Amino acid sequence: MKQENFEPKILAFCCHYCAYSSADLAGSMRIQYPPNVRIIRTPCTGRLETEYFMKALENGADGVLVAGCLEGGCHFVEGNLCAKRRVNYTREILEEIGMEKERLRMVNVSAAMARPLADTIIDMVETVRKLGPSPIRQNGSLKK
Amino acid sequence: MIIAQRKNIPDLLAIVKDHKKLLVLGCGTCVTVCLAGGVREVSIIASALRMSAKLKGLPLEVEELTIERQCDNVFLEQAADAIKRNDAVLSLGCGAGVQAIAERYTNKPVYAGLDTAFIGILEERGVWTEKCAACGACVLHEYGGICPVTRCAKHMLNGPCSGSREDRCEVNPERQCAWQLIYKRLKDIGQLDRLKKIKPPKNWNRSQSGGYRTIIREDHRV
Ligand code: SF4
Ligand code: SF4
Repeated sequence: MKQENFEPKILAFCCHYCAYSSADLAGSMRIQYPPNVRIIRTPCTGRLETEYFMKALENGADGVLVAGCLEGGCHFVEGNLCAKRRVNYTREILEEIGMEKERLRMVNVSAAMARPLADTIIDMVETVRKLGPSPIRQNGSLKK
Repeated sequence: MIIAQRKNIPDLLAIVKDHKKLLVLGCGTCVTVCLAGGVREVSIIASALRMSAKLKGLPLEVEELTIERQCDNVFLEQAADAIKRNDAVLSLGCGAGVQAIAERYTNKPVYAGLDTAFIGILEERGVWTEKCAACGACVLHEYGGICPVTRCAKHMLNGPCSGSREDRCEVNPERQCAWQLIYKRLKDIGQLDRLKKIKPPKNWNRSQSGGYRTIIREDHRV
């Protein structure tokens, strides 16, 4: 795939109690964010396991964004802290594999933070755009 | 319970790289509980191996399976078909599980995906500690249920060594002095007088001195 017309495909796991509502709010407020993200609503980011991130990347996602509540503000007390550790662990595995760990990122937002969420999505899309298409999707040739 | 941890992905790939079809086989017992070799870890390691192989241009197909217990022939039979249709097995069982497969499937390469570490317990979430070295002749009754063989850095049976500071071991200040714990525990259960008796050297014949050990129970044999 040519770098110029590369549109990253990013999977965003959004917690029902914050990021999902805040993506919704962004819509109501007519805040634009790139259409590169596919949002999956989760009951809590604490529900997300390492294997979810691995499977998403293995199946060709160019990037994975995990968006949970602000630290201290998790509806289930510490689900977002569990998610943070799992994201970090997965990033370690990505490094072992030889894949850029920046393809997986966690952010914390509240339900009212539509603008910051949109900015994060824009930033993530740009980061992944710079990295290029997932080397897994490119039939295995690791980008130099 | 047996505690183990995974080898890193580059090491695993180096071990299996010459095979085309690999079975990553998990075990549903100890290593599931210590989060090293159950269904979830099989999924993570299999994904990581597939991705890593792809990035290196290696044609590696990875199948995933987890059975109840790898060190038991009855359960191992459930993996027979999967083992047969793959070129090699990467076992996420403990060392016993790996060897059970090697003995039963004589023509099939089998590799250890984990480093089996010790017999221990879950101390708190995500932290495991060694408690028993399987010495073969347990002396816990003498020490209030705290094992000096495993938990004292010098394995002292007549401790402490006089190097401890407060309740810390002189060998590693991050560790508690086992003898401080033994003293406190014997005091709590009113058995401090046990410490007045000097313990003779331990009989290590029942430990790992003459090769592997066996236990035979005639009453259970057929
Ligand atoms: S004395 Fe031996 S068998 Fe008993 S707990 Fe210690 S190492 Fe294990
Ligand atoms: S300080 Fe305590 S645990 Fe450490 S070697 Fe001495 S007696 Fe053993």
